[in-house]
Formats: sequence, structure tokens, C-alpha cells
Amino acid sequence: MKFLAVRRRSPIVGVALLLLALIGIGAGYAAVVSARPAEAAAVNGLQNQVQQGKELYLAGCSSCHGLQAQGTSQGPSLIGVGAAAVDFQVGTGRMPLAAPGAQAMRRTPQYTQDQIDQMAAYIASLAPGPQIPTAQDLSYQGADTAEGGVLFRTNCSQCHQAAGQGGALTYGKYAPSLMQANARQIYEAMLTGPQSMPVFSNGTLNTKDKQAIIKYITAMQQSSNPGGLSLGRLGPVAEGLFLWTAVFAALILVAIWIGIKAR
Amino acid sequence: MNEITPAAEHHYDGPGALPVADVPHKARLTDTDPQAARRAERQVTFMFILAILLFIAFIVAYIAVDKNTVVYIPVFGEVGASTMLLGLTLGLGAFLIGAAAIQWAKKLMPDVEVVQERHEMASPESADHEALDAYTRGKTESGFAQYKMIRRTLIGAMALFPIPLVVILRDLWVTPPGSPGPATILSHTLWRKGSRIVVDGTYQPLKASDLPVGGMISAVPADLPAVEDATGNLDARGKAAIVVVRMAPNEIVSQQGTNWDYQGILAFSKICTHAGCPISLYEQRTHHLLCPCHQSTFDLADGGAVVFGPAARPMPQLPIGVDAEGYLVAQADFAVPIGPSFWERG
Repeated sequence: MKFLAVRRRSPIVGVALLLLALIGIGAGYAAVVSARPAEAAAVNGLQNQVQQGKELYLAGCSSCHGLQAQGTSQGPSLIGVGAAAVDFQVGTGRMPLAAPGAQAMRRTPQYTQDQIDQMAAYIASLAPGPQIPTAQDLSYQGADTAEGGVLFRTNCSQCHQAAGQGGALTYGKYAPSLMQANARQIYEAMLTGPQSMPVFSNGTLNTKDKQAIIKYITAMQQSSNPGGLSLGRLGPVAEGLFLWTAVFAALILVAIWIGIKAR
Repeated sequence: MNEITPAAEHHYDGPGALPVADVPHKARLTDTDPQAARRAERQVTFMFILAILLFIAFIVAYIAVDKNTVVYIPVFGEVGASTMLLGLTLGLGAFLIGAAAIQWAKKLMPDVEVVQERHEMASPESADHEALDAYTRGKTESGFAQYKMIRRTLIGAMALFPIPLVVILRDLWVTPPGSPGPATILSHTLWRKGSRIVVDGTYQPLKASDLPVGGMISAVPADLPAVEDATGNLDARGKAAIVVVRMAPNEIVSQQGTNWDYQGILAFSKICTHAGCPISLYEQRTHHLLCPCHQSTFDLADGGAVVFGPAARPMPQLPIGVDAEGYLVAQADFAVPIGPSFWERG
């Protein structure tokens, strides 16, 4: 310290301090300035995403859902359906609709995930609605399969069948099979209630309950068929039909062979 | 009658002559060509040998293949290796025994057409007399016509015999002495004024804000778990199960009572009024509740009215409201008995 105390009045100290102050101010300014473009970019990015989503929407969806997503006689209003509904409907290929009918079918998605995200951002910008579930929402690995089974059998199995194979509703509508659905789609379907399906909001079945249901469905998707051909896992009806058609046809062929006179 | 005669010796030219007698016998290839006969012999032997090998394979598979092994087979998908092998070897082996026996019979066993005449449809007169004699002898020897008292009491006893079987049906439902009768028990559920509505499975109480428009959830009264623990059966659940749905208040056409909804939230019994199946196939856009058993369809926006199917009564509605803390509660028990009709029901 003595070294500094002796030299503090040296003319070079003033210059050094000035230099230090200038560097400090410069660095501080640079930090502030460099932070601002990042924020601005994020805002701009979202606006861009919404803008691009709007363009995709106008080109692909507005003929049925209306120019302002207000809905027409051909399609429902999308105001307030939320990003999750867009991600589910377009991500499973149900929208854009292949053909008018009782129900939209699962198909290969017609848009890339980036485009779906853009349209989801546009629809979410119109009015608040269910958000796309986060990775944390979807971390179902620790969930309770048995609890999921109880909730699935109580609320889901009567339409989707106890093994998740789907089933008939009224007037040509049906509950689809869940064997293709991934965790995100199952979560979004519960959250938004697509088509005839009722909404299972986080108020009625919370995130933990939804994760348990996803775990149960995943367990059914992954389970093998130890007994042989699953026949849609529909149980005795499908098995009886198989016996009365395929097996009986084979038996009739054998009976015909027995009856043919040997040459 | 009934004797079998080789067709070659059978000469009958009268009315109704059998066409088979007119068809000239055609020898088989195995009858004329010794090489073909040897070939057929080899075929049959081969099938029997294959069956032997399959049965040995069955035993080997039974011992060697772990029953939990899963293999992928195209078309079939992921299947149990053990089940598949056991079924294939035993089934194919049994089929081959049958196929070999038929091939043997068709190709190598004697090939002679035979004619077997049908016996007459009517039984011979002697049999008729025998039956009549037996009946008359029984009638006179037993004295059925003679002992009037015996005859009448016998008829009375036989007529009353099925009655006890009908009476015991009444006690299929055994109620402890002093408890109300089945009709009373069936007519009342756990729901009463102030019973909180909780989600079936998680038993979380519900607030009105938890249920969005278009939402549905299966629910039960909050005290159901305690009652189930005490009784050890599912009777209370079978009667108290409900579905809670929410629709925009202006979509509600009618209800079973004034203001039985709470801001568009409606509660209905989950038990079909036709055959008692629990139903929750709710189509949120049409507000229809569909029973998977016999396709009875109820319109929940129109007081649970039956719009299709065999159900004869509308789905009973549970009047609901909220308590001081804002949780959904029942206003009262169901006004009518839930579930299928029964005798004492008005």
C-alpha cells in the first residue's frame, strides 16, 4: 500500500484513472446495447412467427374458419381454442380436413412443426387459450400407471375402449384408437377436447393425473400380445367373428377336399 | 333292409332306381398304376412322420422356450414365442394325422361304390301296438283313473312345485332385518344437500372454475370412500356415480327442475336407465350421452331426454349448486330412482 500511497499524486495516475473510467463506461454501454437487440429480436421473432402463421392460416385454413378465424358455416371459430388445439389438430394431420364428413381422420401431417408452431402462435395471439404442454408437463415417466388405469377406465375407456383401441359413437363419428398417439398429443387432446371429445381441463384432471393416464396408454402401446394375433384387442366379439369367418372358411375347404372323389 | 351290397352286384331297374347303379365304376390312378400307389403310400407316411416330428418339437418347445419370450412375427406383431410354437406344433401335428388318414382312405383303401337303402319312415305296426299296450297296462295297473283322490292331489302337488322357485327370487336381494325394503334402498343414493362433488379416482373436490365449457368428468360424492370402506361393497358407488358436464347456459333447452344447473354445469346419473350400464360417452358438441351397451342416447341439454335407443326414462338429473367455499355440491338427492326400472317403482 505504501507503494501506491507514494505514487498517487504522480501525473500518470490521472491518465490511468481516466482510461479505466472510459473502459468501464464503454463496457457498461456495450453490455446494455448488446442486451437490447436480443430482447428486440425475441419480440420481433414472435411477431414474425405470428405474421408467418397468419399468412399460412390465410392460405390454408381461412376458407373454412374465416378470414379472422371467426368461424363460418363450414368450420368452427378458432378464437380462444389456443395453441394446443392447433398443435393437436394440424400435428396429427386431422387439419386441414381431407374431406367433409362425420369426423376428421388422423393422417400424415401436411405442415412442418415450424409451420405448425407459427400457426399456433397466430391463433394464440387472437385470444388466450390452452398452451402447448411443456417438456415438464410431459415428463410422465415417474407417474403411477395403476392410477392412470383407474382414471382411464372411469373417464376414457367407454369411448376409447379399455385397451385404447377406439370405438364407435353416433352418426358415423368414432373415438380413434390411441395406439399412434404420443404423450404430447394425448395431453393436448385432454386439454382441448377435439371434435366430440369433452375437455378434461387441469381443474378436473391435473397435470399429475394426465401424466398417469399417458403412462397407462404408453404401457398399453408397448405391451406385446403373448397369446398371438391381437385381433384389435377387442375381446370375444372380434375373436368370435374370426372363428366364424376365417376358421370356418378353412374348415369348409377341408370338407370339400374330403368330399372330392379321388382320381 | 339296411344291408350293404356292393353296387356291382346290385341290379334294380324298377321305379326310383338309384342313379349310382348306372354310373360305371371308374378306377383310380392308384388302382391302375402301382407307381402312383407307392407315391400315395409315401405321401401318407411322410405326413405321419411330420406329425411325429411336430409332437417332439412341441415337447422341446414346452421345455426349452421361456414363456415370457416375445418375438416379432410380421402381420401378427409382437407375440409370445412359447404360445405361438406350442399352438403351431400341436395344431399342425393333429391336422396332419387327420389329413394323412383321409389321403390314405381316398387313395389306397378299397374304392367300391355301395348302396345302402333307407329304412321306412313309419315305425312298424307291431311297435305301435306295443306302445299302446304299455300305456293301457300302466293306466290300469297304477289305477290313475280309479283313485280320484290320488290323481287330484298329484296334480295339485305338481302345480305348486314351481311356486317356491319363483318365491325365492324375491330374496335375491337379502336385506338385514329392520332395514328398509329393496324399493326404498334403490330409490335413495348417498347424495344429499351439501354433498361435495369429487372427481372419481382422485377424490379432488371441484370448483365451478375447474370445469370449462365442453368439459366432462366422472364424479362421486365426497363421502363415498368412507362408505365403501365401511360396507366393503360397491353398492353405494353403483347408485351415486354421476357425470358432470358444462355447456354454455344458453345451450340448455330444458332441465328436470328449475335452476338445477350451476352456471351451465349439469350433473346427471352415470347409470343407464335401460339396463344399468355405467355410461360416460359424452359428445361435447351434440351434448349427447351414449350408452355403449344398447345405444340408448340421452340429450343432456334437454333434461336428459331419451333421443334414441331402448331406454324408457330420461337420465335422472342431480340438482347442484356451490357451498360457502365455492365447491360444487348437491342441492338434494336424485328426485327419482336412478338406474333401470324395477317392480315397485312408480
